[in-house]
Amino acid sequence: MKKYTYSEKKDTRSGFGAGLLEAGKKNKEVVALCADLTGSLKMDAFQKEFPERFFQVGIAEANMMGMAAGMTIGGKIPYTGTFANFSTGRVYDQIRQSIAYSNKNVKVCASHAGLTLGEDGATHQILEDIGLMKMLPGMTVINPCDYNQTKAATIAIADYEGPVYLRFGRPTVPVFTDPDQKFEIGKAWMVNEGTDVSIFATGHLVWKAIEAGEKLAELGINAEIINIHTIKPLDEKAILDSVAKTGCVVSAEEHNRIGGLGDSIAQVLAKNNPAPQEYVAVNDSFGESGTPDQLMKKYGLEADDIVKAAQKSISRKQ
Amino acid sequence: MSPDIEKLTGIATQVRRDIVRMVHGCQSGHPGGSLGCADYFVALYFHVMRHNPDFHMNGKDEDLFFLSNGHISPVWYSVLARAGYFDVEELSTFRKLDTRLQGHPTTHEHLPGIRIASGSLGQGLSVAIGAAITKKMNSDPNLVYSLHGDGELQEGQIWEAAMYAPHNKVDNLISTIDVNGQQIDGSTENVLSLGNLRHKWEAFGWEVLEMNGNDMQDVVRVLELAKSKTGKGKPIMVLMQTVMGNGIDFMMHSHKWHGIAPNDEQLAAALLQLEDTKEDY
Repeated sequence: MKKYTYSEKKDTRSGFGAGLLEAGKKNKEVVALCADLTGSLKMDAFQKEFPERFFQVGIAEANMMGMAAGMTIGGKIPYTGTFANFSTGRVYDQIRQSIAYSNKNVKVCASHAGLTLGEDGATHQILEDIGLMKMLPGMTVINPCDYNQTKAATIAIADYEGPVYLRFGRPTVPVFTDPDQKFEIGKAWMVNEGTDVSIFATGHLVWKAIEAGEKLAELGINAEIINIHTIKPLDEKAILDSVAKTGCVVSAEEHNRIGGLGDSIAQVLAKNNPAPQEYVAVNDSFGESGTPDQLMKKYGLEADDIVKAAQKSISRKQ
Repeated sequence: MSPDIEKLTGIATQVRRDIVRMVHGCQSGHPGGSLGCADYFVALYFHVMRHNPDFHMNGKDEDLFFLSNGHISPVWYSVLARAGYFDVEELSTFRKLDTRLQGHPTTHEHLPGIRIASGSLGQGLSVAIGAAITKKMNSDPNLVYSLHGDGELQEGQIWEAAMYAPHNKVDNLISTIDVNGQQIDGSTENVLSLGNLRHKWEAFGWEVLEMNGNDMQDVVRVLELAKSKTGKGKPIMVLMQTVMGNGIDFMMHSHKWHGIAPNDEQLAAALLQLEDTKEDY
């Protein structure tokens, strides 16, 4: 198992904030809109540096999405910022008609995704957003794993022409990827090469998968770990190449098991190379109040859950 | 330049012929609101707006128009074709398989003149505000126009946008509401009353004008007046009184023709009331 270390923990939303500032410096067409959550989204630095390119829309997410779509006409590259729940479910029809169907170059940037928003509870913890967004034709869906990758992704999407859903979160998590990485949309990242089981993880679950990989190594199991930061378009080749080698799969995500990364992988496998797959995901339920760590444990999203899923997946190999 | 009202009225008559023929041709679509707004569209595209039929999505250095109540697509398609955006013969493909003239306007089939999809109601004012802000950021002095149905004002997003534009002095925007008092299930008064629209929009901080949308002279006069009021710190809202189905006596004053097509006899009766001024497609 390749060794990964980290010297600090940071929140991925701060990676977004830093990336947004950088994207704004690189490209004068980048503008930002926020629905009364500037501090929570870490958009303050952009607002301070480029006040004329920052738009406070108030608690009016539908208007924000429509405005962002309109702002693309004439060449702006709008980044919208609010919580994942209010970035997707609340404004699904606005994104569907004015952004996705109209193929507008809007970057829907969503913080506080998943259970790890914590104490606010299920009204604010969306576990359906990846599914909602990936079902939209033409939508790119990105869920990076740490501060550095979120920053790199935020910068990279400015150079991509088309609608993007960028998902990140609130808790501090280990920073273990290269600060100077080049983010390639749709290109899976090989975290650890292995032969016994393929663990495909996204977002906060990538570090959990690394922890699981170390535990599996102690048990004599050589796990291949791949970071699927782009859920759509999915890197099918990386998935199929890995499964051809290992013959079984674990998918890991902070999302409902219905409609998320796991289902996207299952579809690829069913069509090309059927293989046992175990899901580490929320089992079709809403979340609840609690600390992020308590919730990840209660809902089965810890490294130990990935270890168990890997063992089960291996046991199902013929 | 003073407009030739007679010429504009003649074009509007041809557009009304196009509308009923298009809707008859596919036996679906929305003639009522389309007919009511024919004069407004003709005034915009043949006199008021500075626009380029050699279509570019980014719309730099020209005025822009957004249709929020996308179901009145027949009138927009007819006017775009008559203004030179595409061949008028294409109007015959309206709502048919593989057409660029989808039931509701879309960019998806790359029809020249369309910059955003609309149909699901309430979204166009936000889009128009966004486009107007981009014009300002680009130091583009041209204007943004948008049209909305009165029933559409029942959507909450409209009021989010209504609050945003005056607060942020989006004063290069001229929006218009088609006040025909009708929606699918009956009159707006019975379904969900809109109250005093002038007071509502003024209270939100808009400069409010009123016009008779079925009097070409008044449409041109008020839209020119609206232009003169841009750049003064307030967005402009024009409350446009129209009669749904205007121009065809048996379609007027009723919500029944909101979304149904005339049969052969009804089409013939309708066309008898509308002179063929620019040649049918």
